[in-house]
Amino acid sequence: MKIKEIAEEVSAYLPYQIHSDEQDYQYVFASDLMSDVLAMVTHNSESTLLVTGLVNPQVLRTAEMLDITAVLFVRNKLLTEDLIDQAQDHGIQLMTTKFSMYETCGKLFQKGIQPIDD
Amino acid sequence: MKRAENYFKKEYNQSMIEYTYQVERENFVDAGVVSSQVKRILKQIGIPSVVLRNIAVACYEAEINMIIHSYGGEIKLSVDEDGNVYLEFADVGPGIPDVEKALTPGWSTASAKAREMGFGAGMGLVNIKRVSDSFDLQTSSAGTTIRIAFRVSA
Repeated sequence: MKIKEIAEEVSAYLPYQIHSDEQDYQYVFASDLMSDVLAMVTHNSESTLLVTGLVNPQVLRTAEMLDITAVLFVRNKLLTEDLIDQAQDHGIQLMTTKFSMYETCGKLFQKGIQPIDD
Repeated sequence: MKRAENYFKKEYNQSMIEYTYQVERENFVDAGVVSSQVKRILKQIGIPSVVLRNIAVACYEAEINMIIHSYGGEIKLSVDEDGNVYLEFADVGPGIPDVEKALTPGWSTASAKAREMGFGAGMGLVNIKRVSDSFDLQTSSAGTTIRIAFRVSA
């Protein structure tokens, strides 16, 4: 799914749009544990959307290390200006949705986005 | 300069690149800054993206470990003439009391602060060992040194 389609599916708010929307996101990894993200997203990270309820600079550092290009925050988490600046500097698309982690993942799963294989 | 023997069982004399960074105890604000710089430098010299991602993951986990668990220390990055990448994480204590447990997935002694940041899942050392081509850990109460290497050359 493209960013635009993902955003529509979970009624996401995008503080900015940095990609030309060509990237197809085929996988989702959802976690608040960044070590699990670092352990699991070993392949196809460019086409993996990170879904998390954790909002801090370490989430973006984790995305940066793995070349993850899009992060979706659940339950309407407030994104600070610093976080938005940091994400833009590294070419990471941020989004927020009002839905819970469970509902967000359910909606995206129904649309055919795949889990990361262990 | 003599290198650890487990670095692909060879010594090397010429480094293309050598950098040393300081890491402060419990400096969560700057956590990941060194790893970000290491990744940028290695990207500039053309390290392939798959290896680069593994190096970044290992460096970041080890940097976070130093911030969470150690009294502080140094991270050294070097690249040999063949393009192989070496990272050394040397802290000044307090050491790892039980290395076997520390290398067990899910085992963690991380603080509440570390867990707030999304760490303390007990996967740090496990992840570092998994992504690196060579892994060596020496620890005592005087400090822990982890040396990892990545084979980049053909």
